[in-house]
Amino acid sequence: MIIASRKPIDEIKGFIAGSGRILIVGCRGCVTVCNSGGAKEVEILASLLRLDAMKGGAKLTADECTLERQCDPEYVDGFAPRLAEGYGAVLSMACPIGPQYLAERFPSEKVYPALNACFMGGALAHGVWAERCQACGDCVVHLFAGLCPVSRCAKSLLNGPCGGSAEGKCEVSGETDCVWHLIVERMEAAGTIGELATPRPLKDWRTSRDGGPRKIVREELVR
Amino acid sequence: MTGGLKSESRLERALASGRFAVTGELGPPRNARAADVEAKCRALKGSVDAVNVTDNQTAVVRMSSLAASVIALREGLDPVMQMVCRDRNRIAAQSDLLGAAALGVNNIIALSGDHQRFGDHPQSKNVYDLDSVSLIMAIRAMRDQGRLLSGQELPEDGRPRLFIAAFNPFADPEGYRVVRAAKKVEAGADFLQSQCVYDMPRFRRFMERAVDMGLAEKAYFMAGITPLKSLGMAKYMNNNVPGITVPDSLIARLKGVPKDRQPEEGVAIACEQIEEMKSLAGVSGVHLMFVEWEHMIPVVVEKAGLLPRSEA
Repeated sequence: MIIASRKPIDEIKGFIAGSGRILIVGCRGCVTVCNSGGAKEVEILASLLRLDAMKGGAKLTADECTLERQCDPEYVDGFAPRLAEGYGAVLSMACPIGPQYLAERFPSEKVYPALNACFMGGALAHGVWAERCQACGDCVVHLFAGLCPVSRCAKSLLNGPCGGSAEGKCEVSGETDCVWHLIVERMEAAGTIGELATPRPLKDWRTSRDGGPRKIVREELVR
Repeated sequence: MTGGLKSESRLERALASGRFAVTGELGPPRNARAADVEAKCRALKGSVDAVNVTDNQTAVVRMSSLAASVIALREGLDPVMQMVCRDRNRIAAQSDLLGAAALGVNNIIALSGDHQRFGDHPQSKNVYDLDSVSLIMAIRAMRDQGRLLSGQELPEDGRPRLFIAAFNPFADPEGYRVVRAAKKVEAGADFLQSQCVYDMPRFRRFMERAVDMGLAEKAYFMAGITPLKSLGMAKYMNNNVPGITVPDSLIARLKGVPKDRQPEEGVAIACEQIEEMKSLAGVSGVHLMFVEWEHMIPVVVEKAGLLPRSEA
């Protein structure tokens, strides 16, 4: 899923400065699962902003709602009546796909992103998430003991660890595992380390972001 | 290592002749002064067979390795131009290789490159279209098959005749390092220069495996030497640089002499190491990385009995 996190509160306050009425829109997709933009987080942000306005002697109406998914025109369309009420700012708490869909569908509204998308990944523990995919468009994890060097190596190296690997950690941060250390360990344990001796051919990055913005058309679904 | 020479490189000639070879290292300046490069070249001339010209090492912006390599050529040295994968995609890499060869560069070393996080522009984007192994494959294809990665053919007299090097670090996972060296040799590395060595037993283990695997017959191994200028440096290298261990015996030796005599002791240790390297099976030479201490290279080369070196 897409892992997102809320923007710093001061940045969000800057978005709504001068607005007496705002709408905060959550999403029940990925951001609900990673606890950054679901109904609960919408409620917390609304309370924070109301409280902050009150402290400054201002009155803020912060309405809340959460859509099934902000990345689906069907749910965004159904949202039109809510906007009839007239808001000074609409804060989307979806991943940044949400504010784009809202802004496109409702061009007269001022839509702001309240979250930053961080990466595609999964949970390691409650409250901890890590990157696992960069959508290179040509998955090869089966060649590396089920680990992805494209997203998990700071240099996306496909032919083994660089000289900065130390005690299983990446040179970029002592907090980050060296994925190549893990690959070598797993393949040694599995007795398949010999597979790493052959140089990998050059990667074709056309299926990645380097080929330009991507789009998929599934003919059988397009009717 | 059989048949004719692959390049006009003086270093290749020295290695092929079976002579124990010496390479140095030259860091280009953080400015546009050719005189800075020239001064370093003059200090090295006559003491090395070739000199590595670093490519924005530690991800700090410096004069380009290509430009500084050309200055080194002008000064009568045989440069080993570093090329890192951090800053250029396959288009720029191949273009720079053609340009370097056209300007007379004979040797190239392919490296991943330090992550930009360590440098003076941590906000920058990195490239890593290629890695060091695939860059070596690309260089070999240009030289030996006469084609670019696109398949575009190069005319017979328009192929970059480059003597290709790879870097051999000793970082974790230790056991895998020799496999990675083998991969670089298979990809097309003609010679390997290692990270600096202090732990001789560990290096011997590495070389024994490399020799057992037949790697020393396919490529030349040059052992990295960096003198320990002080006790502080020895401790720093031991504790902070991935892949480097400084044995307690060396730390004790430096501790045993007063601070002002530690550089001298470090040079003595380096000379002893070079002596050991000369007789180590599979080692064809030494790579002297005297970071901002380049003027000491001639001193060490003379003390270690490595003179004379090849001339232009």
